[in-house]
Amino acid sequence: MPVEPDTSSAKFAAYADPQRLVTADWLEDRLGSPGLVVVESDEDVLLYETGHIPGAVKIDWHTELNDPVVRDYLDGEGFARLLSAKGIARDDTVVIYGDKNNWWAAYALWVFSLFGHEDVRLLDGGRDLWIAQGRPLTTDPVVRTPTEYPVVERDDSALRAFREDVLAHLGSPLIDVRSPEEYSGERTHMPDYPDEGALRGGHIPTARSVPWKRAVADDGTFKPRAELEQIYRDEVGLKDGDAIIAYCRIGERSSHTWFVLQHLLGFEDVRNYDGSWTEWGSSVRVPIATGPEPGEAPAHR
Amino acid sequence: MTEPQLPSVLAEIRDEFLELEEPDRLQLLLDFSRELPEAPARYADHPELYERVAECQSPVFIAVEVDPHGIVTLHATAPAEAPTTRGFASILVQGMSGLTTEDVLAIPGDYPQTLGLSRAVSPLRLAGMTGMLMRAQRQVKALTAL
Repeated sequence: MPVEPDTSSAKFAAYADPQRLVTADWLEDRLGSPGLVVVESDEDVLLYETGHIPGAVKIDWHTELNDPVVRDYLDGEGFARLLSAKGIARDDTVVIYGDKNNWWAAYALWVFSLFGHEDVRLLDGGRDLWIAQGRPLTTDPVVRTPTEYPVVERDDSALRAFREDVLAHLGSPLIDVRSPEEYSGERTHMPDYPDEGALRGGHIPTARSVPWKRAVADDGTFKPRAELEQIYRDEVGLKDGDAIIAYCRIGERSSHTWFVLQHLLGFEDVRNYDGSWTEWGSSVRVPIATGPEPGEAPAHR
Repeated sequence: MTEPQLPSVLAEIRDEFLELEEPDRLQLLLDFSRELPEAPARYADHPELYERVAECQSPVFIAVEVDPHGIVTLHATAPAEAPTTRGFASILVQGMSGLTTEDVLAIPGDYPQTLGLSRAVSPLRLAGMTGMLMRAQRQVKALTAL
């Protein structure tokens, strides 16, 4: 049984899907409620073990959501096995939070959405704000009763873009959410991050540069809708009815922007290109633009 | 030429990991992360003495010292929010410090891959530890080349 949405926030009420976010107050009051599962998803695989929200289970993007061999996500059976073992039922409300402004939490939410898990939400502000506000953390192990999560085949068609989709999409809105240095081609990876092996630098021609962080306030929460509209509609020119693809380096930061466009601003056709720059920047003969300008779409071959 | 040999402390650490089931290996890595010693105060005032380990996702810095007898000490610093990286650093700090320069240079480059953590931690994350090892060995080479 799902849990009622968090209606306490005037900021949330202005978003397209207000029920996709919860405040820390709301969550703290409901910890342990039946039908509610809290999931922590971090960049660091051990961070959860240093202290997590009481009752929260951990899902690691690298070792649990990805297929161990092929560069892809779990299949329906794998996802059912994972969620059953974590004690998550198909009709549970899942609230995900994590480090780094919820990058991996948004990524996990996006993967849950590929499997059509209906009620999955983010904790606004993520792990850092929870800790900054002095809310409870524990290192107690969490044991939930295993469930029988049904096998649901993953549906990549609506929310996920592949390289071929991006090639066919050139000329329609593309959002590059990486740092300006990665966009221009000065770097192939984030400042201070490991190089995950893109052979060329630059961006997909016509992509607009909107670093993910522009959607976030100083305390790590999402900016109010009016400020987001100002960036994505007024400045970038996204319009109702647009088909939009977002990408970054490996698809995690673009999940964050995907969440903003899809759930906070209500664009209906937003896909995340999870192959992102680590695929595009190493692909043979795909067009690349360098420098600060978006560049032109190449003539169709 | 003799076959390079894994120094005994590093071999013991490896065996400790391999004796455990996979989930417990993560716990052991967490224990190591808690044991990472504070670097001496002189480094806090002189960040330029450190080398940044670019292969790691979090800000990690290492510094190598070689004393007049050719004995190596490794210092490392990594933030509390990056326990995996701290764990890797702690293994190398404990396993390298006190070795001779020859022994440090003899540590095989694939040592991180022998700890049985590839599945529990992921190969990508282990690459950060390889980066630390390579950079420490290169610093030792630079310090002994004079």
